[in-house]
Amino acid sequence: MSGHEFAEEQPANWEFTPDNAARADDIIARYPPGRQASAVIPLLDLAQRQNDNWLPLKAVEAVAERLDMPRIRVLEVATFYTMFNLKPVGRYYLQACTTTPCWLRGSDQVMRCIRDRLGIGNRGSTGDGMFSLLEVECLGACVNAPILQVNDDYYEDLDYELTGELLDALGRGEPPPPGSMAGRNLSESSAGATTLTGLRPASPGLEGE
Amino acid sequence: MLDDRDRIFTNLYGWFDWGLDAARGRGDWSTTREILGQSPEDIVEKVKASGLRGRGGAGFPTGLKWSFMPREVGEKPHYLIVNADESEPGTCKDREIIRNDPHKLIEGCVIAGYAMRASAAYIYIRGEFVNETRRLQAAIDQAYEAGLVGRNACGSGYDIDIILHRGAGAYICGEETALLESLEGKKGQPRLKPPFPAAVGLYGCPSTVNNVESIAVVPEILRRGPEWFAGLGRERNTGTKLFCISGHVNNPCNVEEEMGIPLRELIDRHAGGVIGGWDNLLAVIPGGSSVRCIPKSICDHILMDFDSLMAVRSGLGTAAVIVMNRETDIIRAITRLSYFYKHESCGQCTPCREGSGWMWRVMERLVTGDAELEEIDVLEQVTRQVEGHTICALGDAAAWPIQGLLAHFRDEVEDRIRRRKAATSVEAAD
Repeated sequence: MSGHEFAEEQPANWEFTPDNAARADDIIARYPPGRQASAVIPLLDLAQRQNDNWLPLKAVEAVAERLDMPRIRVLEVATFYTMFNLKPVGRYYLQACTTTPCWLRGSDQVMRCIRDRLGIGNRGSTGDGMFSLLEVECLGACVNAPILQVNDDYYEDLDYELTGELLDALGRGEPPPPGSMAGRNLSESSAGATTLTGLRPASPGLEGE
Repeated sequence: MLDDRDRIFTNLYGWFDWGLDAARGRGDWSTTREILGQSPEDIVEKVKASGLRGRGGAGFPTGLKWSFMPREVGEKPHYLIVNADESEPGTCKDREIIRNDPHKLIEGCVIAGYAMRASAAYIYIRGEFVNETRRLQAAIDQAYEAGLVGRNACGSGYDIDIILHRGAGAYICGEETALLESLEGKKGQPRLKPPFPAAVGLYGCPSTVNNVESIAVVPEILRRGPEWFAGLGRERNTGTKLFCISGHVNNPCNVEEEMGIPLRELIDRHAGGVIGGWDNLLAVIPGGSSVRCIPKSICDHILMDFDSLMAVRSGLGTAAVIVMNRETDIIRAITRLSYFYKHESCGQCTPCREGSGWMWRVMERLVTGDAELEEIDVLEQVTRQVEGHTICALGDAAAWPIQGLLAHFRDEVEDRIRRRKAATSVEAAD
């Protein structure tokens, strides 16, 4: 259980933009008639994206109304799942995985670099609203450990220096392309693939781009 | 080593385009219509004959699972649910299928859906996989446009919709009934079984939940024939498998290998060996964080399959191999997993909700040695009281890593307590 608390300062009103209201209708239509509650997670996600990556209480109510669900049921969902941010987060929301596979590969260095560069620890935010940090559980990219998730993107194969480079780029408002910061191709061995080599194209990784 | 010709995931490393045309060039969707010309029973029998066991961790025979679905569609529709909530620490294989070979999964949904007479397949993908969701949705859209999915899928007369549903961060939703709850718009808290999903699943309708990899290998099995798949690996442990090798190896990677490959060969050949050499190996968690670790003495000769690992009281799980060398503080490594399970317990069953936190707090003290020797046995007993006493397997998963630690590294735990006591008594004497 994530045990969230809501932000003290809450907007007085909240509603979906017309575009997002139309998107919400499309999402609801994916599920069978009468099963619109299935859309609760996608709609909360939509609301959070509309609201600078955090979810005010009024947005929870708007979703409850739209889905004809009791408010408490939507609140339960909003507080159960860790990806719903019930308080404002930084423009770059850093989620550092420190579960064992990342820890074995140096997630402590990632955390240390964030502390050194930004002066924040777990659950901290920078005063300018640029960065906030949460230590998270396994992100499911363990052979590219350690991982730092920044908003929607995974940055992989990090160490102290590469984390610093990443933070510097973000600070300039220039996020690098997601994926391995060490220049590795996806989850292939950094020494080159040991299988499928007969199929390998002349310029690996380029054919798919 | 597995011959490249026997590998299913030929775009594992994303060297080629993920899209429909390139996927067709690799053989996907090539005879789907002919496959759908067989009866659902024939397909189920072939999957059974292949020996395919579920790739999500439990290793239950896939064809047998499908056969539990009702033979005829009654008042309620049937559903196929694909579990793409990949969150077991160490595991990152479904992500590669989704972003590099999404059409294998989509084609598998059509075939598996047909075999269980499903009107729709719901793919539940973990919330953090935002980019992977975009990729998979784009591939699903391609399949709809090409008439491969939807009404009269592949011109077969069979109708199936595929709906992609993204979660929002909760390891427990990888448990099949918690996944169903979540998909219905609730907290992801597991359901009591029975009834099993094949009787009462999504929206109360007959449903079968399968892992991404289990579904994605089905088209190839049916194209090449079940005997091909059954001829790889060992009896009851057949086929190929995606392995994720993480931790203290020189070159962490994903690789498709034959079931039953020796662990040492897997690590040395594909992951560049243990950092510091094989003799620097301390232990391996061979199947994702939930299984018991095995010490080097077992790693020296163990085969990577369900039955071999069960025989040493561990498990193949998701085939996520977490390697730890001698520089590892293994008590801390396991304690971090205890924290993981405490964090991810859904809170429904008392033994898990309370036990996972209790075990983690004791483990934190074992890391520093701030404990009494007798507490080791108490901890062991508590793991037994959590194990098997909860609705779902998360309680077991919280207990097993600690049991593995105490079974193989008890000396180290005791030493740390003794050293701490010696150090504090010296301080007191000063």
